[in-house]
Amino acid sequence: MSRKRQPKIAEGSDWTFEELDRADAEIGRVAREYGLDCYRHQLEIITAEQMMDAYAAIGMPVYYHHWSFGKHFLETENRYKRGQMGLAYEIVINSDPCIAYLMEENTMAMQALVIAHAAYGHNSFFKGNHLFKQWTSADAIVDYLVFARNYIAECEERHGVDAVEQLIDACHAVSSLGVDRYKRSPQLSLQKERERQREREAYLQSQVNELWRTLPKHEAAAQSGEEARFPVEPEENLLYFVEKHAPLLEPWQREIIRIVRKIGQYFYPQRQTQVMNEGWATYWHHTLLNTLYDEGRVGDGFMFEFLQSHTNVVMQPPYNSNWYSGINPYALGFAMWQDLRRICEAPDDEDRAWFPGVAGSDWRETFDFAMRNFKDESFIAQFLSPRLMRQFRFFAVLDDDERDKLEVSAIHDDPGYRALRLKLSDQYNLGSHDPDIQVWNVDLRGDRSLTLRHFKHRRRDLAPDYERVLEHLAYLWGFAVRLEQQDEKGEVSLLAERMHDRRRSTDGTS
Amino acid sequence: MTVRIIDRRQDSRNKSSINRGRFIRRFKGQIRKAVADAIAKRGIRDLENGEKIGIPGKDIGEPHFRHGRGGRRETVHPGNDRFAQGDQMDRPTEGGGGQGKGQASNEGDGLDDFVFTLTRDEFLDIFFDELALPNLVKRQLARIDEYKRVRAGYTQSGVPTNINLVRTMRSAAGRRLAIGGPYRRRLRDLQNELESLLDEANPDPDEIARLRHEIAILRAKQEAIPFIDPFDLRYANRVRIPQPSTQAVMFCLMDVSGSMDEATKQMAKRFFMLLYLFLNRNYEHIEVVFIRHHTIAEEVDEDTFFHSRETGGTIVSSALKLMLEIIQARYSSTMWNIYGAQASDGDNWDSDSPGCRELLSESILPVVQYFAYVEITEAEPQNLWREYEKLVAAHAGVFAQQRIVAPSDIYPVFRELFRKKLV
Repeated sequence: MSRKRQPKIAEGSDWTFEELDRADAEIGRVAREYGLDCYRHQLEIITAEQMMDAYAAIGMPVYYHHWSFGKHFLETENRYKRGQMGLAYEIVINSDPCIAYLMEENTMAMQALVIAHAAYGHNSFFKGNHLFKQWTSADAIVDYLVFARNYIAECEERHGVDAVEQLIDACHAVSSLGVDRYKRSPQLSLQKERERQREREAYLQSQVNELWRTLPKHEAAAQSGEEARFPVEPEENLLYFVEKHAPLLEPWQREIIRIVRKIGQYFYPQRQTQVMNEGWATYWHHTLLNTLYDEGRVGDGFMFEFLQSHTNVVMQPPYNSNWYSGINPYALGFAMWQDLRRICEAPDDEDRAWFPGVAGSDWRETFDFAMRNFKDESFIAQFLSPRLMRQFRFFAVLDDDERDKLEVSAIHDDPGYRALRLKLSDQYNLGSHDPDIQVWNVDLRGDRSLTLRHFKHRRRDLAPDYERVLEHLAYLWGFAVRLEQQDEKGEVSLLAERMHDRRRSTDGTS
Repeated sequence: MTVRIIDRRQDSRNKSSINRGRFIRRFKGQIRKAVADAIAKRGIRDLENGEKIGIPGKDIGEPHFRHGRGGRRETVHPGNDRFAQGDQMDRPTEGGGGQGKGQASNEGDGLDDFVFTLTRDEFLDIFFDELALPNLVKRQLARIDEYKRVRAGYTQSGVPTNINLVRTMRSAAGRRLAIGGPYRRRLRDLQNELESLLDEANPDPDEIARLRHEIAILRAKQEAIPFIDPFDLRYANRVRIPQPSTQAVMFCLMDVSGSMDEATKQMAKRFFMLLYLFLNRNYEHIEVVFIRHHTIAEEVDEDTFFHSRETGGTIVSSALKLMLEIIQARYSSTMWNIYGAQASDGDNWDSDSPGCRELLSESILPVVQYFAYVEITEAEPQNLWREYEKLVAAHAGVFAQQRIVAPSDIYPVFRELFRKKLV
């Protein structure tokens, strides 16, 4: 065999470009043998400092400037320098070609691990998962970010850094209400985006206002005796609503709102697939590198180093450990994918009872199906096995503020499995994680005030932050904004109200 | 198929420095306060470092709509070691060890101070800002821009003018020896072989031809060793090291009588710091002498200087006399550049002030580079100020005085000083 004569890859600790190239080729070969379908990718070598930069800009190669990213940078730098955290050794960008960053300081073994994890693991997930396919345009994102940065820089020149900063602050504050959950956003490209931006600007401004509409309609509404609500249906994408309907915004302000909204939307799938995505990438770096080891293409030293990092990544401290900070998505995801393969290849009776369609099926096909069609919530609801619940020793705690004590509501035993799985799945449901707040009404005939309504779920209140968020929103809307709360019995109460005071908008802080 | 690898290490290193700048700009108020606190704690010679700054967490948070406490919530945790379904337990107390149940993260953080480190430049920037220094001066102080080029061995790359011939030829000779060595050895062997073959009675002509051929090839190879090769080139290497000139001594004179309160002393400290910073840019070695006085003067260390408090009257001339004595004893003006900085709230024993003026104009001003006096008060000027005023015209460029209320008033005292050094 020619294999015997080939030198091992990734020997020694220092990496070179040739070695990276060889390692990538080998890992790629094995990945193709497993049938992973990836975007083309490129590897970029960066320094630790640049890694922190990228961190601060939520992993994006180009991003607009804002003080909050400076804050994140300082935070990261601080913790890194104090040794409280190692840098994540990988950042990967969902783009076509997919960009994976390799940090200069890493050893060759780590580089190979990152290549397998990011350039093949995450990459294939980005390409295959339906959420990413539906919501993100990998071929256009880098272009769009360039457009966004340049546009915002231009606005800063024209309208002053303070004005732009205040606007972006406000957008960030309500950005969690800036995603469409059900509609597909259109494809974007730099050229198209620029053209469309101009068109939009002209069109929007001529169109904005439902709110300024002429008298006859109002009379009609008055005559009917019942006030027509605007919007007719509650709208959950607050940023979108503001962009389209806020009466007093300038065209450039609408464009910036749109930029923040678009980028938020781009990251939405990542928030929905953390466990799956990280688990998938971890599973594949583990599998690819182990395969290379079995083929004799990497040495024992490499494997020791690799396994040391790998086990660190997938460690799950128990609830009573000092290190516990919730469920580690890498650990859960990795274990689930591994378990899924076991269910396919070596099912026992329990598996056959729980997963009749999956047990004994071809694992590659099942993997592909699961990777493409699920998100964290549904993935857990579908594939978390009783065996894994036992292995993690999961238990659910009910915290009800009307009761004095906490109660253990389910544990990893026969009566508890289904309930436990459902609860864990719900924990990853962003819909129940984020408060449900919708645009309820705009007072078209009166003071043009905007009313939001918070639908209380399980009696959970909003964190007191909302007062400050409302201030930001009042700035965007330009008139008074109100936040109502509707509890589960359907009773509505006014939570807070903010008048917009034009004078305050100039002092730059809030 | 090979993968595309891009080396980004040389790209702009500080992609985030803009964001960092934005951050500092936004929290300038808080940072300035933190810098003021830091200055109070620092020694006046300690301006070359960055500073750890804390900003209250509540100022810095970014608000979002999110769930607060209360209501009914269920969370799943790993590592069950004791619970069965239906078990009841008390709510863990705040921060109660590792059993936080993961809820503490929801709220309650964000109140810690946000701590980060200002770089030296950022720190100075804010310090200067407060002092209202002109930009040119800021740049002069913040930058180390006098360099001396010193030799630092040899390198293999450089510009042609820096080629060092001796080193280059030496390494060329070494390389020729090293590369030619095996050929020479082989050649010697072949030649010996050839000679012994020729000495034989009946030499084999083929063998002789073969040896001759081989010798010819080796000779050609020897010839082909280049006399000089880019590999041999050696360049003189020079590095730039910052080069401030010679040495200076700085006298800090301060009134510590009862009327000088803490705020006034902090103001005086900034005044001394600014002078120190200036000197630090221009001199290699700086000594600082602290003289405090009420009715009598004494030399003290920095800590005592700024933080101890005395009571009693004020005789300024005592400090000036002590300064003069110290100059004569330790800092002869031919060896040292001498600077004086005096701060007071303006009080002095009435009959002492003319004596002070005389001391300055006759003995001190002739030997110092610069003497600056600040009066930190809002009250009417008193006799010391009026006496000193007479000096300003006669000793322009050497003596300056200023009445200050805020830190931004300090700079004019040094205006002459900085102007002089800038040209």
